[in-house]
Amino acid sequence: MEDEVVLLDLWASPFAIRVKIALEEKGIKYECKQEDLFNKSHLLLEMNPIHKKIPVLIHNGKPISESLIIVQYIDQVWNHKSPLLPSDPYQRSQALFWADYIDKKIYGIGRRIWMGKEDQEEAKEELIQTFKTIERELGDKLYFGGESIGYVDVALVPFTSWFYTYETCANCGIEAACPKLIAWAKRCKENESVSKALTDPLEIYGYLLQLKKRLELQ
Amino acid sequence: MAEEVKLFKTWSTPFGLRVVWALKLKGIQYDAIDEDLSNKSALLLQYNPVYKKVPVLVHNGKPISESLVILEYIDETWKQNPILPQDPLEKARERFWAKFNDEKLLPSIWGVFTKEGKEREEAIADSLENLQFVEEELTGKKFFGGEKIGLADLVFGWLAYLICVFEEVTGLKIIDERFPLLLAWIQEFSELPIIKDNFPPHDKLIIRYQAFYEKYHPAK
Repeated sequence: MEDEVVLLDLWASPFAIRVKIALEEKGIKYECKQEDLFNKSHLLLEMNPIHKKIPVLIHNGKPISESLIIVQYIDQVWNHKSPLLPSDPYQRSQALFWADYIDKKIYGIGRRIWMGKEDQEEAKEELIQTFKTIERELGDKLYFGGESIGYVDVALVPFTSWFYTYETCANCGIEAACPKLIAWAKRCKENESVSKALTDPLEIYGYLLQLKKRLELQ
Repeated sequence: MAEEVKLFKTWSTPFGLRVVWALKLKGIQYDAIDEDLSNKSALLLQYNPVYKKVPVLVHNGKPISESLVILEYIDETWKQNPILPQDPLEKARERFWAKFNDEKLLPSIWGVFTKEGKEREEAIADSLENLQFVEEELTGKKFFGGEKIGLADLVFGWLAYLICVFEEVTGLKIIDERFPLLLAWIQEFSELPIIKDNFPPHDKLIIRYQAFYEKYHPAK
């Protein structure tokens, strides 16, 4: 029986992009359905009743939510190629730790930057410190996953499309502070799975300006 | 080579306790190091430089931080009495609920404890909604893991011994008869020897949380 794979998506979401990269890496055919967060579909509300958020992966009718949980699911089910997580338990634990760190920090701190309120300067400092910490973890490796992209790369790379926004909103100086991270981002884009899935930085900037206006109106 | 397992925690942290339960469940020998968080040891800072928090598991000199990461590591390294199922969908479900507890349920209930006025009302509404989701998840199940406890049970486990402390200190009923499945689960979970034998002492918890409560709600 052929697999039926559907992704409930929002084109701008870095969390959905993680899932797309994972699906591309594994060569999985899937159907992408665009959601509007201000007008959610019945399918989304049925498949993710608790959080009502994207991404949701629907595999043969069964939903999986939360982007990193979805990526782990994909890695386990389609284990025939491109393993994203290491097989060694300790290496695996470190990958889980760093992806979780990225989850705890980047989106939230970044949001304080593009919302442009009183805490923007403070958020800028925190963002740079966060990127520096992540860059130290990368070290001299080609990718966080070693010789090829892995779980942590997948977790982080979607946010590289947001660097332009962070720079334009608050002049963060990411390139000067974290040159290795910028080099890593360029290297990631040499992978087709990444270049196909990443959003255009200018489009993201436009999207976030619109989103900011809408949120301020609420 | 002899295994060396150390666990840095505090006597009261629910995040550390879930790791203790996992280690006990698998019969793993370990050294417990109880930290004083107002005076963190050099070792803790060395093993967890990113967050400087407990719990930290150190296995043969290699540190792992963040309780959910530690639990996955333990399950992969010591295969007896698994806390995660093999089936990918079931595994994803356990991970989903663990995350739900840490990111939604626990913070909403902590909000009931710490906030006042309108903010407290909102926290109560959030908590009730979150508890209802958890209640529904228990439909037809003895434990979140089915017939045996699993990752989600260990992560929700704080409800079994800390909710009554919060209720006593605040005078509020948090898990009432609207949640019969959750109340039944608390009973079943608490009866397991490795669980209840490791509950922190109730009276010590009352003193601790009473002090917190007074800090968040200073007498005017």
